[in-house]
Amino acid sequence: MNNSPYIRQPASVQTVMLKVLLALLPGIGAYVWLFGAGVLVNLAIASAAALAGEALMLKARGRPLDIYLADLSAVVTAWLIVLTFPPIVPWWLTVAATLFAIVIVKQLYGGLGQNPFNPAMAAYAIMIVAFPALISQWPHSGLDFATQLDLIRGGSRNIDAITGATPLDALRTGLRQAVTPMTVQQVIAGGPAFGVLGGKGWEWIAGCYLLGGLWLWQQRVITWHLPLAFLAGIAVFAGALWGIDPGAFASPLFHLVSGGTLLGAFFIVTDPVSGATTPRGKLIFAVGVALITVIIRTFGAYPDGIAFAVLLMNICVPLIDMKTQPPVFGHKDD
Amino acid sequence: MGKLFDFHGGVKPQTHKQHSTREPIAVAPLPDLLVVPLHQSIGGTPHPLVQAGESVMKGQRIGAADGNVSAAVHAPTSGQVIAVEPRVMTHTSGLPMLSVVIESDGEEAWVAPEPVNYRSTPPDEIRDQLRDAGVVGLGGAVFPSHLKLNAGKDMPMTLVLNGAECEPYITCDDMLMRERAQDIVRGGRIMRDMLGAGQVLIGIEDNKPEAAAAMRAAVAALGEDMRVIVVPTRYPAGGAKQLIRSLTGIEVPHSKRSTDFGVQCFNVGTAYAIHQAIDLGRPLISRIVTVSGNVERPRNYEVLFGTPMSHLLQLAGAKPDTDRTLMGGPMMGYLMPNPDVPVVKATNCVIAGSRALFPPSPPEMPCIRCTACVEVCPADLQPHEMYWFARARNFGKAQEYHLFDCIECGCCAYVCPSHIPLVDYYRFAKTEIWAREREKEAADQARARFEFRNLREERDQQEKTAKLAAKTAASRQTAEKRVAPKPSAIADARPAAIEAAHAEGTVASAPALSVDPKKALIEAAIERARKQREAIAPKNTENLSEAQKAEIAEIEARRAKIREMAKTHDEDASK
Repeated sequence: MNNSPYIRQPASVQTVMLKVLLALLPGIGAYVWLFGAGVLVNLAIASAAALAGEALMLKARGRPLDIYLADLSAVVTAWLIVLTFPPIVPWWLTVAATLFAIVIVKQLYGGLGQNPFNPAMAAYAIMIVAFPALISQWPHSGLDFATQLDLIRGGSRNIDAITGATPLDALRTGLRQAVTPMTVQQVIAGGPAFGVLGGKGWEWIAGCYLLGGLWLWQQRVITWHLPLAFLAGIAVFAGALWGIDPGAFASPLFHLVSGGTLLGAFFIVTDPVSGATTPRGKLIFAVGVALITVIIRTFGAYPDGIAFAVLLMNICVPLIDMKTQPPVFGHKDD
Repeated sequence: MGKLFDFHGGVKPQTHKQHSTREPIAVAPLPDLLVVPLHQSIGGTPHPLVQAGESVMKGQRIGAADGNVSAAVHAPTSGQVIAVEPRVMTHTSGLPMLSVVIESDGEEAWVAPEPVNYRSTPPDEIRDQLRDAGVVGLGGAVFPSHLKLNAGKDMPMTLVLNGAECEPYITCDDMLMRERAQDIVRGGRIMRDMLGAGQVLIGIEDNKPEAAAAMRAAVAALGEDMRVIVVPTRYPAGGAKQLIRSLTGIEVPHSKRSTDFGVQCFNVGTAYAIHQAIDLGRPLISRIVTVSGNVERPRNYEVLFGTPMSHLLQLAGAKPDTDRTLMGGPMMGYLMPNPDVPVVKATNCVIAGSRALFPPSPPEMPCIRCTACVEVCPADLQPHEMYWFARARNFGKAQEYHLFDCIECGCCAYVCPSHIPLVDYYRFAKTEIWAREREKEAADQARARFEFRNLREERDQQEKTAKLAAKTAASRQTAEKRVAPKPSAIADARPAAIEAAHAEGTVASAPALSVDPKKALIEAAIERARKQREAIAPKNTENLSEAQKAEIAEIEARRAKIREMAKTHDEDASK
């Protein structure tokens, strides 16, 4: 070290990633409490697959293993994949998704910091296109651990016995019934999947993600721009539709606490590598993700649209960053 | 209290200032040998005024300012000049620089001081006095002070005295303000009057309450109208542009001078030096230097320029594991080539470094675009984007992203979780751009020379042709006279000849007879011109002169070297 500065703040990519993992723990805790410990098995499988895939690619690329495996970025990707998948997907699906994220989306583009797309979301998008049925089968909350484990091991699926619809799914199905379309209120009143605010139980998980996210903000790992703009975007766009016809469209509050909204707000939209970096760019990026998410949820064929929304906005990042360069010191009146 | 404006970003590293403020300023004992570099300020290198063997008095001018953008250099003590020769300079590069080596006689015999009454002296003379007293900015930039002390033209001026001192470890301004506040205010008074400044603002970080109190007391005691303003402690609050922004709300852009915005900023140490130079007639031969870091007794010393840093480190008791010497603070300071380099006007702090104090940086990781750097950049830049472009050698783009607005404060590198030496990348990009500009300039000059040569040759040739044409015209007249002396004779001769030809049945002799002397002359001239053209017309690059070939080779070699350097740098960076 021959040039200044000679001192550094004790910070590292590893600490950043570790904080993200820690911030996910409350949400995971609520998940386990509500849906059983199956998700923990998946987390373990995905973490192992991610590290193995990362190690293999690092070796092939001639990069040091110790530094790059220890940065924990692969583990973060693995966890986000698991938390967006149903907890009873077969193990090979988790492994395939994780390897796709790490090997193709991340390492083939140059590894840490170089991927133009959010690896976890790219993996989710690929898998929901390739295996729509498996990605849509969410267990009902009473499913015991042994059955979950059996399903993860690839056991046969008696769909009706094990799964229940997610709130977003139930709503879609209810609203689009060909014979007797229901109103939002009717669907929610009659559905076992719905709780006080959104999905039954999901509210708690969402609340825990919010908690972890706020801690990340307090720790200055993330700035307020992305989560706030994303949540505000969801509320405004969903609110506009709801304002037009409360019977045909779900309330903004329902959108905020359902599906992956809060996980997305604090852990997915905030991926620094594939997202916008200027303050104004962050706002545009997050609002764009919110808009596309609401559109896909409301009018699209998939239950949740965050993954596609993120990927579509990832494409726009270079342009957004280029066009939103903030004025520099002394040039603010230019 | 004036309203405070905020500047963006900044960091709060541990200040380590408390170590060196426990004891008052001490006068560093006189070393036996002082090495005074002649170039100690921005601008021209002063000309040596002494030779080896000469005796000098303390405060005697030994280097005369080279033009107006320069400042004189003086003997820091009395003694004998034993050499005027290149010595390792106080710079990371370790390159030699013409220096005056003085063996002190221990007498400390001063030249007669020449105080000036600044109220009754024309400003031009005061500026000359400051230049000849060697007064330069002591905050570290060492810009000749007399160049900054012109009265504002069409706007009210504000004088900012910078006592913020935001770099960790450094306390020389703090101690100077605590102990010699009145002299600083006296210097500020001179500057205010020279600038015609309407207000004087003294900015001090809030971690120096004693200094702020001392300055307030001094301002009150001298009955001056100056405001001491305490600013929050946050590096780089003491950067001139940041302090001006904090105190006045004015942002001075890169490439503009603050005086164009009605503000002029000086370090408090400079104010003290101006008081010494004008009121007491004492040239700048010493300054306060903080000696800190890996030493037993951190302290501030009043140090004569030319004193080896090792002399100070010895005084402060450098610990055995000291493995480097830094000049300045840990954020923007410089590594010295060895501890024996002399203290110069820019030396505000000498830090003994060790592995424990400044541990080597962890391995550099890829940028994850976390924008921690954006949040701390006091110039409101996008450091991660500039890094990306600098690394890709896309220098045009780096400049577009305001590379030259970067003040190299180091905040971005300080917070980077990927441990990227960001400032190194910016320095690399800047030097590359400068090198390319120089290269382009050289190429432009070479081209201009080449084009001028062609032009000159063309002109010469035209002149030659013109001369030739004149000569031809002259000779034609003679020839015509000779061939055709009488028009009547031709008239007579022709019909006779034709008749003869007809008679002989041949016309063969007719052309010979009709040969026009004019035509022959023109053909000869064309032939000569063609030969000349062949001789001088350049055939592109085949007949370049030796000098041109050498120049082209030099430029090629330089390009290759830059490519090589860039490659090595990149390899280092990717390790």
